[in-house]
Amino acid sequence: MAIQNIVMPQLGESVTEGTIEKWLIKPGDQVKKYDALAEVQTDKVTAELPSSFTGTIGEIIAQEGDTIAVGEIVCTIQIEEAVVSEKTDTNVPKTIEHVTAISSEKSMKTRYSPAVGRLATEYQIDLSQVEGSGASGRITRKDIQKIIDMGAIPRSALQTTEQSTRVASQQAIDEVNLKADSLVQSFSTGDVEIPVSGVRRSIAKNMVTSTQEIPHAWMMMEVDVTDLVSYRDSIKEDFKKKEGYNLTYFAFFVKAVSQALKEFPMMNSQWHGDKIIQKKDINLSIAVATEDALFVPVIHHADDKSIKGIAKEIHELAQKVRNGKLKPEDMQGGTFTVNNTGSFGSVQSMGIINYPQAAILQIESIVKRPVIMNGGMFAARDMVNICLSIDHRILDGLISGKFLARIKEILENTSKESTSIY
Amino acid sequence: MTVLSYMDAITLAMKEEMERDERVFILGEDVGVKGGVFKATQGLYEQFGEERVIDTPLAESAIVGVGVGAAMYGLRPIAEMQFADFIMPAVNQIISEASKIRYRSDNDWSCPMVIRAPFGGGVHGALYHSQSVEAVFANQPGLKIVIPSTPYDAKGLLKAAIRDDDPVLFFEHKRAYRLIKDDVPDDDYTIEIGKADVKREGEDVTVITYGLCVHFALQAAERLEKDGIDVHILDLRTIYPLDQEAIIKAAKKTGKVLLITEDTKEGSVMSEVAAIIAEYALFDLDAPIKRLAGPDVPAMPYAPTMEKFFMMNPEKVEQAIRELAEF
Repeated sequence: MAIQNIVMPQLGESVTEGTIEKWLIKPGDQVKKYDALAEVQTDKVTAELPSSFTGTIGEIIAQEGDTIAVGEIVCTIQIEEAVVSEKTDTNVPKTIEHVTAISSEKSMKTRYSPAVGRLATEYQIDLSQVEGSGASGRITRKDIQKIIDMGAIPRSALQTTEQSTRVASQQAIDEVNLKADSLVQSFSTGDVEIPVSGVRRSIAKNMVTSTQEIPHAWMMMEVDVTDLVSYRDSIKEDFKKKEGYNLTYFAFFVKAVSQALKEFPMMNSQWHGDKIIQKKDINLSIAVATEDALFVPVIHHADDKSIKGIAKEIHELAQKVRNGKLKPEDMQGGTFTVNNTGSFGSVQSMGIINYPQAAILQIESIVKRPVIMNGGMFAARDMVNICLSIDHRILDGLISGKFLARIKEILENTSKESTSIY
Repeated sequence: MTVLSYMDAITLAMKEEMERDERVFILGEDVGVKGGVFKATQGLYEQFGEERVIDTPLAESAIVGVGVGAAMYGLRPIAEMQFADFIMPAVNQIISEASKIRYRSDNDWSCPMVIRAPFGGGVHGALYHSQSVEAVFANQPGLKIVIPSTPYDAKGLLKAAIRDDDPVLFFEHKRAYRLIKDDVPDDDYTIEIGKADVKREGEDVTVITYGLCVHFALQAAERLEKDGIDVHILDLRTIYPLDQEAIIKAAKKTGKVLLITEDTKEGSVMSEVAAIIAEYALFDLDAPIKRLAGPDVPAMPYAPTMEKFFMMNPEKVEQAIRELAEF
């Protein structure tokens, strides 16, 4: 025995539903195929509902007066096994075959609509990894939209490589640049081979990163520091006696820079791809050289400190560098670098920016030079060049010029009368 | 709000405009004493008299020709074609005169005229009483063609057409006259000519159509909703010039577009709609643009089975939407 459903038939064109007027049978009745089961009324006709099978009426699902949509079940009928098997033989395998045919048919898998093609390009979606829900495995616009909305975008291996390339390439560049010389070098007798130490390697790496990534631009200004020099010279001895360390010119410069940075916060920023971050703290990296290396310890919160405080910190950091006692935290958090190139006698230099900062300022040697003064007279003045390197992604000439001019103004107005070192 | 049939809405629009503006008058075959073969002008002869509701001889060229002259001299004629099928003798007056006079006279003259015509099949009318003739006129700059689908739209658009300063062809589906009923506000409103209207919001398939087919689409959409297919329906309302912006927006919404017209397929209004979509929305399309239209045969047949084969119906629309949804 098997149970079959009797459904509401289509009783005319554009007829979508029918009302059971009267059941002509009751559960348990024996019926033959084509026997009338019920009277059905539609908005067009009243008709008899014929049985599709020979068998025994099972359950009556639709009650008299119910309006049933075409295709919905109105009652069930129990039919003989023989009939069932006959049915099964002809119908069931066919259905299975049909289903298999649909599910395995993927002929449309790689035929992309313009919308799918465009979205895949826009969002870099690897379509070969997408399951299509459309006819014959076609990927629909909705399939793609769903992926985009969920954020689970499948990318090709090639694209994945490209994604990590930015990171990897930087390493690769470093490796290549660091190794390059050794690959092409030929050794002659008497040549000395110096292994690249940790510090040297790290300097090399930082310089390469900075020059590879940052588009550098340079600018220099001349500053008349005659008053500053005489002021510093007048208190130099006294200071040394009282404090126990030197009051260097450099401390005055660092103070002037931190003051100017407060007024030009853009100089105190970093490039972060899609954004620029302006740093709140003014932490000045100062370059301290030893015989074989270069360290850049940091004066934290330089804007909070007096000239004396800065002089003290420079002294301490320099001591630490020379004694090899510099700690990692002494070198972290720098937002701008001031480099005392003047201590080597240099009068002009082009600094490489201390990555990822936005700029570096080189303070050159103070030299006596004849200068034409107001009124057309010559005078021997203490002159210094200050040289600025900028990250041209962040900064332009105008702001850099204003920044340098401000430092120049501060330095030229530094004198016994106007400036306290405490 | 009052429930009005499509026909009642049209009669009311004319009545209100004739009360509002005494330059408005009606002329056509049997529009006066008889009240029109479809009763569209019923009661107007009695209210406004024979001077403003004029029975004419059986000559469409004269009906439109007189209308063009009257319009150019400052009146606002509503010319009725008894059936759109009979408009052909007046094509010269419509295309060469009414549509062109503003251009030809460099704005000195205009033709503020409405030509109403019942069109469409499914009423056992055969060749001379079933045609869709809109495509004949749908490339004549200077002419506007309006085909409303609901009583609300019919009233608002007919009033806008009567007030328009240029000629408007106003086609009314004759099977909609008594079939379609709708709530219509009692106040004096108009609907801007040239604007399509979203009749149903949906996400899966976009149907763009006009006239009676809007209702077939709405019925099909209701059935398909049960199977989880969400249909977006845009009613063009004005078929010339087309509301390109609305068409492009609707097409982009789902990327699967079904265009339906009762007219024969090749060169129909839907051919132009398809071209607009192909031109401006290609990269949003997820399936070929599908057109559902009458077969390219000379006329709506008389035999009921053949008429059914030719005519649009909700089953055909449902099937076409289903195919697109599954694509």
